[in-house]
Amino acid sequence: MVMLKLIILFIAATAAGYKVISKVPSLLHTPLMSGMNALSGITVLGALVVTAGAVELQSKLLGAAAIVLATINVVAGFLVTHRMLRMFKGKNAGDREL
Amino acid sequence: MSPFLYTLSGLFFILLFLGGIRLMNSPKTAVSGNLLSAAGMLGAIVLTLFGGGIVPAGLLFVSLGIGGIIGAVMAMRVTMIKMPQMVALLNGLGGGASAATAFVVIQNAGHVFSTVFTAALALFVGGITFSGSLIAAAKLDQKLSQRSVLLRGHNRINLFILLLTVILIVIVPFAPERAFGFMALIILIGSLAFGITFTLRIGGADMPITISLLNSLSGVAGSIAGFAIDDPLLVAVGAIVGSAGLILTRIMCRGMNRSLMEVLLGKTTSAARENPFPENPGDTAARPQESGEDPERIVSLLKTAKTVIVIPGYGMALSQAQHQVKQLCDIMEKQGKDVKFAIHPVAGRMPGHMNVLLAEADVPYEKIFDMDSVNPFFPDTDVVIIIGANDVVNPAATTEAGTPIYGMPILHAGEAKNIIIFNKDTRPGYAGVNNPLYSQKNTLLCLGDAAVKIGEIIKKLNEDDATP
Repeated sequence: MVMLKLIILFIAATAAGYKVISKVPSLLHTPLMSGMNALSGITVLGALVVTAGAVELQSKLLGAAAIVLATINVVAGFLVTHRMLRMFKGKNAGDREL
Repeated sequence: MSPFLYTLSGLFFILLFLGGIRLMNSPKTAVSGNLLSAAGMLGAIVLTLFGGGIVPAGLLFVSLGIGGIIGAVMAMRVTMIKMPQMVALLNGLGGGASAATAFVVIQNAGHVFSTVFTAALALFVGGITFSGSLIAAAKLDQKLSQRSVLLRGHNRINLFILLLTVILIVIVPFAPERAFGFMALIILIGSLAFGITFTLRIGGADMPITISLLNSLSGVAGSIAGFAIDDPLLVAVGAIVGSAGLILTRIMCRGMNRSLMEVLLGKTTSAARENPFPENPGDTAARPQESGEDPERIVSLLKTAKTVIVIPGYGMALSQAQHQVKQLCDIMEKQGKDVKFAIHPVAGRMPGHMNVLLAEADVPYEKIFDMDSVNPFFPDTDVVIIIGANDVVNPAATTEAGTPIYGMPILHAGEAKNIIIFNKDTRPGYAGVNNPLYSQKNTLLCLGDAAVKIGEIIKKLNEDDATP
């Protein structure tokens, strides 16, 4: 039952993601990708949960490694995206239809 | 926190992330979109730590701190031209994190069938993403050869590793619990090996497709890990990332006229190495005199032109000529000319890479046009300036059936009244197909370092302006 709910959620999220992401202009595809990159660091939540619950030292260390990797992913992902997006400047206030 | 509240907050964060992506549909709102997503992520982490679901131990904070510092330093140091390898590396770290999480889950899973199975699957996808991305990053960073590396019996090796790993994933839930750790280790090794062998044979030119695909996989790995630990937020956000990567992969494939299967099987680069015009390699040597095309002619052509389209390619980025190009365009605009930039979908080494490089050089985004919107303008354009681009303007893509680029969508630069090409040499581009534009009558060739050559033209234009 839980599995079924998650599968439905997976499909719904894929569809919703597809819809919004298709609207991002090719102009911004690199920041889009690095932003998605940062989002894939959402794994950090899972890493936090399993590390907190781990008993053996080996599991704790592996979990800590997962947290470190995912956090690098999150922080660096959002930061480079921010750096890039700030460079995109228009000539003036007028925005071109993309 | 009650399960109901947890689900509700998960839903809230999913909507927040979707809203953040929605704002990325225009460069004006994209910065706030990214900040919104970042705030959402911070909120989700804080909620996980203090929401009562777990006991927040010191180890968690130390790990978060270390990761945060490393990430911040990496992000501040990277240059824009190195963004593709940075993104590839980050994809890999995300995949590695999912794999490591899945490993811990398996070890502590007990005998819940679905948990063990999905964790094994997450381990597999995460492992492939990790090693595959590291190889891709090394290739993009030139630490490994950009060429496609083909091992003896490459297909058989891949198939063997894949089968072995998949069989293990299927049987691991039925295995005795004390074997879990060992089997997980084998699955991890198998997926790491598969990631390496499958990325090794993908050539440099196909990297935009590869990192888009790895981007997708890093999301999928996180999503499957979400299934394993029953966390809806991971499932949904991983799925969103997965579909983003898939969209970009499709766009890249279409832009390069490749099927995904061809890329994965390493077919593209081997086909590209065979030059369909074997009689032409002497071409370079036969026309050395053109390397010194008179800058005066280029200058006078530029002066009379009213409409100009600039087509930058990766060669421009390599010679770091974007600032000179911007300067040249500023001068021409001041003279009242209409200047546009035309960007092919696969210009650069990752989707949208060229746009970032132009933005870095302060080119306003209103002047940057994608392929479909700019192509109708070429016939009415006085001068097209091609800088370090080759395959993406090669008319052979529409005329020469049988060449590797046949059918690939191109920028129709050849339809313009005059063409100026800045390039290192007249050798064919990555696809290895000779470009008829180079010998067209209305083409002026300017060979050598584009930054230097354009610098010379700028100087001449300025001198002439000063003494009319």
